[in-house]
Amino acid sequence: MSDCRPCTTDNWPELERGYRAMLPEDVLAFIDANRTREHSESMLIATLHMVQGHYGHLGPGHLEAVAQLMQVPLAKVTGVATFYHYFRLQPRGKYLINVCLGTACYVKGAEKIARKLTDELGIRFGETSKDGIFSLESTRCVGTCGLAPVVMIGDEVHGPLTPSQIPNLLEGYLARAAEDLVGESAAEDR
Amino acid sequence: MSFPVRDFYRSMADRVGRTLADRDLGNKILIQVGSATCEHAAGSQAVAEEFIRHIRASGRKDIVIHRTGCTGRCSREPIVGIQVSGQIPVKYERVNRDLVHRIFTEHIQGSAPVMKHVLDHNPNTKVLPEREFLFCEGSRCQRSEPNLRVRFMAMLEARGIEPHRVNVAAASCLGVCGLADGTPATFVLARPEKVLYRISSDEDLAALLDGHVIKGQVVERLKAQEEPIALEFLERYGDVAFFNRQSRIALRNAGVVDPESLDEFIGFDGFKALADVLTRRDPDWVISELTKARLRGRGGGGFLTGTKWGLARKQADTDRFIICNGDEGDPGAFMDRSMLESDPFNIVEGMIIGGFSIGAQRGFFYIRAEYPLAIKRIQHAIDTCRANGLLGQDIMGSGFDFDLEIRLGAGAFVCGEETALIRSIEGERGQPKVRPPYPTDRGLWGHPTVINNVETFANISAILRYSGDWYARLGTEKSGGTKVFALAGKVRHTGLVEVPMGTTLSRIVNDIGGGVSGGKQLKAIQTGGPAGGFIPASMQGMEVDFEPLQKAGSIMGSGGMIVLSEDDCMVDIAKFYMAFSQEESCGKCTPCREGTTRILEILERITQGKGELEDLDKLHRLSRLCQRTSLCGLGRAAPNPVLSSIKHFREEFLAHIVDKHCPAKKCVALIRYEINAEKCVGCTICARNCPVECITGARKEAHVIDQAACIKCGNCFDVCKFAAIDRV
Ligand SMILES: Cc1cc2nc3c(=O)[nH]c(=O)nc-3n(C[C@H](O)[C@H](O)[C@H](O)COP(=O)(O)O)c2cc1C
Ligand code: SF4
Ligand code: SF4
Ligand code: SF4
Ligand code: FES
Ligand code: FES
Repeated sequence: MSDCRPCTTDNWPELERGYRAMLPEDVLAFIDANRTREHSESMLIATLHMVQGHYGHLGPGHLEAVAQLMQVPLAKVTGVATFYHYFRLQPRGKYLINVCLGTACYVKGAEKIARKLTDELGIRFGETSKDGIFSLESTRCVGTCGLAPVVMIGDEVHGPLTPSQIPNLLEGYLARAAEDLVGESAAEDR
Repeated sequence: MSFPVRDFYRSMADRVGRTLADRDLGNKILIQVGSATCEHAAGSQAVAEEFIRHIRASGRKDIVIHRTGCTGRCSREPIVGIQVSGQIPVKYERVNRDLVHRIFTEHIQGSAPVMKHVLDHNPNTKVLPEREFLFCEGSRCQRSEPNLRVRFMAMLEARGIEPHRVNVAAASCLGVCGLADGTPATFVLARPEKVLYRISSDEDLAALLDGHVIKGQVVERLKAQEEPIALEFLERYGDVAFFNRQSRIALRNAGVVDPESLDEFIGFDGFKALADVLTRRDPDWVISELTKARLRGRGGGGFLTGTKWGLARKQADTDRFIICNGDEGDPGAFMDRSMLESDPFNIVEGMIIGGFSIGAQRGFFYIRAEYPLAIKRIQHAIDTCRANGLLGQDIMGSGFDFDLEIRLGAGAFVCGEETALIRSIEGERGQPKVRPPYPTDRGLWGHPTVINNVETFANISAILRYSGDWYARLGTEKSGGTKVFALAGKVRHTGLVEVPMGTTLSRIVNDIGGGVSGGKQLKAIQTGGPAGGFIPASMQGMEVDFEPLQKAGSIMGSGGMIVLSEDDCMVDIAKFYMAFSQEESCGKCTPCREGTTRILEILERITQGKGELEDLDKLHRLSRLCQRTSLCGLGRAAPNPVLSSIKHFREEFLAHIVDKHCPAKKCVALIRYEINAEKCVGCTICARNCPVECITGARKEAHVIDQAACIKCGNCFDVCKFAAIDRV
């Protein structure tokens, strides 16, 4: 259906403006550059990676904008976004905590690390802390099994961990988040 | 006649030679710091920064930092190597900021190594050896004249040369035997001179002793013509048993080259094999070398790579593709990540050779998004190659056009399966398709496509440089070369281990891995991840190769190897893998989707003490159904961990089902925590750490657990310093 919109809808330019406003510049440039390439629809997953990289998640508006601008049915975009575990459809906290529950980590006691994290943060897997700083998720192996058990926070891998190290680890990130806040408000003041 | 490719390579190698000579590293003190995901996690970036600060403060121009990838010695990272020309390099383990200061002041400025922190340091030695002889004890060298090493040690002793001055060690196959012809001999590598000797008698040993050790001169008569492929690796790491018991081919550059330096890669003969291939212009030669090499796909299936490339090449459709499978889905494996991060140009070279051989114009790296550094390094390698005429139009002046790009995975294990992977590159949901047609007939966008694993590509350039026959001789009758394993779990030395095909499991786990950690008993070795199975400790003498592992109910898989100890419950681990497969099933076909769910339910019941005897039969029936009728490898292999654990550990299943007892004391529903009133001193720590506050007792009096409220988290057991809590 939506495949044909540009030629059948008279107000496409206006709609397009709206969709373009939903996405950041680099993603728009990427979509535009791919449009003329052979098999441009194959860049869907790469495009979704970029959008998630920018916003931290894929909202319904993002998916719709990607579908329209890439000329791919929305059902397909949604299908892809839900099929792959890496894509998140809900907003998440500033730091994403990924507890590795791969084999090496499992046999080295990852469950205890996971339990300590849920206790400390007071949230369950898939949830975000009230202050919006941490989201808790699990993953299957981040490829540093030699350091098991590991936890990935943002892009940083920590391991080998014991449950007793968790509070300190979280403190460090809280302090960083606080610093960033101070930095931001200082920038606003200026 | 002109030879454009040869000229291109020569001028490139000359330029690199000049650049490297200008850097003059031979006359400098090199500080090698690893840079890969695992090293970073261990803190290597802070260590590198601290060294840079120290170098700057010292004002010395003769000390430089050298970045390398990862050697695969995970449990000891960050590892730092100090290399001074003419001396055996010294490696330090678990380096932190404080240790940087000591290494810099005591070792680099004061020439006294900080012995206590030397990698795998033996506390009894007080000084590091000046010289070392690595005697190859691979099977072919051993055939010539056994015990040469022992006799050499006796000769040294008779001359009063202390072992700490001249170290003599046994090494695994150095990888030269396949090159050597003529009389059998034992190869011996002398460090730090980097000289390879060919020794076959006591006279040779005596000459080595007089000439090399006493006079300090290279004994020309005994010098071997061959050069071991891992020479640079052994030069840096040869004194460490964990490393010299391996045979590094795919990993030869890991921890040696700077992964972001094309020059260094070329300095270690990089792109020489490609230049040769493009000069010969004979794809059939490449394919026949790979066939002779008996190189079998390292992604798990073990299909002969030469045959696969030959099939794609024969297609009428000339629009062809080549794909590198870097999805590495086995949760407990990290060989591919390490190779992509530590030696990216080598994988790229393998891909270009593959592209040329099958007649492809485009190639793809499919890498999982969870590996950001691997993605960055491969992108850097691709861009650098393109800028240097090694990718793109007219590669090396040969007229061959070929380009590479990266596509990211997005966290779906099934996308490691080749047809699902192709769909994912096409931008679709990664659901497998029925084969045939195989990708070599109709793959990406319907065109002939070759998919190979990262490690498969890592071996290509080595095979072409040293010949297929050489590679074949390193391995077994059915599969040539080496295999990289990611050793993890309850083993002392976790990390990457590359050994010849046919090496025993025991050698990998005990001799290289240092055995089970914490002095526990080995129970089983898991290979092949969720598609594999368990090899019980009693079968650890088994040789690793595709067929023997399969016969024992497991598979080779991509190289994940998890060591399990007496503390691990086999039912629980089988349940763990089944939960993984159930979650990762793409849901396309019923036997896999429903089968894994039912099997998981039964396993859960058993671990909760609600199992019945007939459950074992049910597990068998469901497993067979899932194996026979699933569409793709995920469903077909998912029951393997369950079947192999029942096969080898039936008593353990029966203990759960009949006695309602978990012998490993792992299954929460079947254990209890009790405080031993005799031992409890009433310190109250356990009570304070109990999340449900079910422990009571007055200070300095024995405490009691309220069993009805206890959630069996084990916190109290972990925190009690008086061993007063029993798990029963
Ligand atoms: C469920 C499933 C997951 C797989 N995952 C991987 C993987 O992560 N990496 C890989 O190289 N091969 C994987 N394979 C095997 C590939 O389908 C394919 O056989 C392999 O990439 C071929 O390369 P090779 O011949 O070099 O081994 C997987 C297969 C199945 C059925
Ligand atoms: S066997 Fe499982 S993973 Fe494979 S296609 Fe069927 S449902 Fe999907
Ligand atoms: S096992 Fe956990 S819940 Fe039970 S008594 Fe100990 S600390 Fe409390
Ligand atoms: S921690 Fe151990 S010694 Fe202390 S009160 Fe608890 S059981 Fe007793
Ligand atoms: S299993 Fe946790 S990092 Fe691999
Ligand atoms: S057995 Fe000695 S080099 Fe191979």
